[in-house]
Amino acid sequence: MKIAYFPGCCYETSAREYDVSTRAVCRHLGIELVEPPDWNCCGSTPAHSTDRLLALAMAARNLAQVEEMGLAEVTASCALCYQRLALTQAELAENGELLAEVNRLTGRPYRATVKVRPVLDIIAGLGEEEFRSRVVRPLNGFKIAAYYGCLLVRPSKTKVDDPENPQMMDRVLRLAGAETVDWTHKTECCGASLAISNEEVVVRMVARIIKAAALAGADCIATACAMCHFNLDIRQEKVSRLLGKKYSLPVFYFTQLLGLAMGLNPKEVCVHTHFVDARPLVKKII
Amino acid sequence: MHRIGVFVCWCGSNIGGVVDVPRVVREVAKLPGVVYSTDYKYMCSEPGQGMIIRAIREHRLDRVVVASCSPRLHEDTFRKAVLLGGLNPYLLEMANIREHCSWVHQNDPEKASEKAVAIIRRAVAKAARLEPLVQKRIPVTRRVLVVGGGIAGIQAALDIAEAGYDVVLAEKQPTIGGKMVLLDKTFPTLDCSACISTPKMVSVARHPNVLLLTCAEVEEIRGFVGNFNVTVRLKAISVDYDKCTGCGTCWEKCPTKVPNEFDLGMSYRKAIYLPFAQAMPNKPVIDREHCRFFTQGKCRVCEKVCPAQAINYADQDKFVTLQVGAVLLATGYELFDWASVYGEYGYGRYPDVITGLHFERMVNAGGPTGGKIVRPSDGTEPKTVVFVQCVGSRDEAKGKEYCSRVCCMYTAKQAHQVLEKIPGAEVYVFYIDVRCAGKGYEEFYLRALHEGAQYIRGRVSKIYPEEKKLIVKGADTLLGRPVEVAADLVVLATAMIPSQDAAKVARVAGISADRDGFFLEAHPKLRPVETNTAGIFLAGTCQGPKDIPDTVAHAGAAAAKICTLLARPEMTIEPVAAEVNQKLCTGCLLCRDVCPYRAVEAKEIEEKKNGVLQRRVVAEVNSGLCQGCGACAAGCRSGAIDLKGFTNEQLAAEVAALCGW
Repeated sequence: MKIAYFPGCCYETSAREYDVSTRAVCRHLGIELVEPPDWNCCGSTPAHSTDRLLALAMAARNLAQVEEMGLAEVTASCALCYQRLALTQAELAENGELLAEVNRLTGRPYRATVKVRPVLDIIAGLGEEEFRSRVVRPLNGFKIAAYYGCLLVRPSKTKVDDPENPQMMDRVLRLAGAETVDWTHKTECCGASLAISNEEVVVRMVARIIKAAALAGADCIATACAMCHFNLDIRQEKVSRLLGKKYSLPVFYFTQLLGLAMGLNPKEVCVHTHFVDARPLVKKII
Repeated sequence: MHRIGVFVCWCGSNIGGVVDVPRVVREVAKLPGVVYSTDYKYMCSEPGQGMIIRAIREHRLDRVVVASCSPRLHEDTFRKAVLLGGLNPYLLEMANIREHCSWVHQNDPEKASEKAVAIIRRAVAKAARLEPLVQKRIPVTRRVLVVGGGIAGIQAALDIAEAGYDVVLAEKQPTIGGKMVLLDKTFPTLDCSACISTPKMVSVARHPNVLLLTCAEVEEIRGFVGNFNVTVRLKAISVDYDKCTGCGTCWEKCPTKVPNEFDLGMSYRKAIYLPFAQAMPNKPVIDREHCRFFTQGKCRVCEKVCPAQAINYADQDKFVTLQVGAVLLATGYELFDWASVYGEYGYGRYPDVITGLHFERMVNAGGPTGGKIVRPSDGTEPKTVVFVQCVGSRDEAKGKEYCSRVCCMYTAKQAHQVLEKIPGAEVYVFYIDVRCAGKGYEEFYLRALHEGAQYIRGRVSKIYPEEKKLIVKGADTLLGRPVEVAADLVVLATAMIPSQDAAKVARVAGISADRDGFFLEAHPKLRPVETNTAGIFLAGTCQGPKDIPDTVAHAGAAAAKICTLLARPEMTIEPVAAEVNQKLCTGCLLCRDVCPYRAVEAKEIEEKKNGVLQRRVVAEVNSGLCQGCGACAAGCRSGAIDLKGFTNEQLAAEVAALCGW
């Protein structure tokens, strides 16, 4: 399977682990990821919160490149990137006038033919048997709280799973041998980019999520979004101070966990670079 | 040439304030065939009708045109006047110059007057081609089938039986009583629901004019008003009610326990069971899906212990056919399946999130907890109870657009009961609006409010468990901020939807339902208990959400309408029906496919063709079933069908007159 891959802006910085592990796992699963040659920002918050047309044009310019590459599908690991690309595709496909206007702005004619899927959906879409056969180091003893965040399941135009009790990530993690907990905060907001402007609010929001995961008996959290990971991983010190109780739940990208299960070296999927030390947990299976 | 009289109504200022009536009268006097034209302030009034009657006699009129309001409103009135004048009532044609003219052209009186003339020109053209029609008389079977034995069906059956007519009351469950008998106390008087409904159950079951059929489903309704042929399936109950005394030995000894539907699964019953102690008939049935004998082939305990030898495992479904003159549908409601769509409330995974009906069973002294309000998860008494209104109602995204009408009031009642039964309890009610339109309703709501129920205007966005509590997150839209309540028990006021079988019943009865599946009444204001199929009537929540007082009133109204129908041994039927010209009919039967009333049937006729006797199929209209909609006439490929009173010739003349050809 050959598919275009949009890495997004965090791939060299805060979400390097997600990019590295996504590429490693996909390589292992026989999914060839091809980067568009001249991609730009997906049109996330700084753009879409100020100028709708600008945000659409930025995403459309990326999608146009995928068309030029002759590929039918594009995937993004980051949930924000996925949501911007998918929403743009949905809006342009149903509004010819808007498409013409956007094409005029980008100067890169787009025909609105590209299908946008998050990496989670691509991997979950593989056959169960095929997937199982790749698992050589089952995640025995892992009790994972699968955390989806908001953008994979909302709005309804671009959602890939049920917005209240999604199961997609739970399913692949269970196939990898882990146990996933039934918990209550799978799609609660992590505070997202308020991290920059109002950290106090974000810490309170993250605290609820961390607390709910711990109450459900999870020993770690799996995410599928760069923003979610960022907020959950680096704020646990502050959460502990707020709640008056020590929390240190390792926060993984689900691709890291799959990589481990498929026998990849922990360093290959970067489990050693998180704020909450994940290595003691990983040692369980190595 | 006919002698046509035209009578133009001012309708006070409704028409006269816009249309220049005297000018219209002058102009229509010139139309061909018109020998007399006049106007009057209110043509429908006694003096107005008198003018018509006198003019018919004095001017020897043979056709009458009344230009006034919609025929839906006063066609009947003017037909009677025409009859009193000595003419066939169907020699009247109405010209609607109010709804179709003055009301919609208030800003342009000049053109409105022109249009009024055109509308009357159309009516005159048709009047000149009207033929006298004669109403037919058909015999009426003076017996009624009531489908559904809830409070609506019971009330209507009693009323009709009391009037002296025979009633067959068919209920698909093993007992009558419906939803009302599940409830505890009723708003706003707090009288006990069972205490007022069980005596009615007994009265109807014992009434000499009522034949009660339980475990009964209506399979087929054929025929037409006054003369229906109904097939009812009587499901196998495996107990011979002629022998059974209802002693109860069988269900005491039965070894199989099954969750009890009557308590919404919160208690257990046996596989041979009485749904509840006051069930009517007060005799058991065997639930074959769970009975050990039917599932595993051995047991027979009930047969061994029955002192009356009433158990009959060989019992089979039976079919009975009944002749009735009218059918009353009272199939009731069900609750919206919130658990399949409200993921934010947990998709039904949290045992302490229950519905209002669960609460009713729980708070009922005869219910699974003996009247104690407890948390289903651990049986402890809740201290903080949250009620969530409009779960499935007023929610276009996930549920129904409509308001279910009863939830505001029963929530207030349940809030009151929590505060009364649990000292120190805290009650929160999340609402969109509080709707208390009814006698004593607002007062009751205020009572709950003053007793301490805390009403929060806003929707609940999420419910989730945290340790032993349920966290209810919502918005207080009056304060404009989010709220969070740690609750012990959450009660959802789920929407009322039509009963599961409503679509099947509508199909069997040949009536229509609205987009939500509620049966459609013939007119929302003026004919609330009739359907568009003559002889089929509606009572209660099958027509739309209602509380008990409204249901009882609706059922009483339906009973009165049915008694009116049955009061005479014969009935007249509208002569405006379709008629097939068999010579032109090719027997394609497209008309049968398009007929919404199943009034067209295939008929084989014999005819001589070139001297040879041949058989062929043609369409025939059952004038008892035909409602005169005209679909068949429009659909007929060979022009063989004409609708009496709306013939092709008449319609063509009207179009020509309107277009000024």
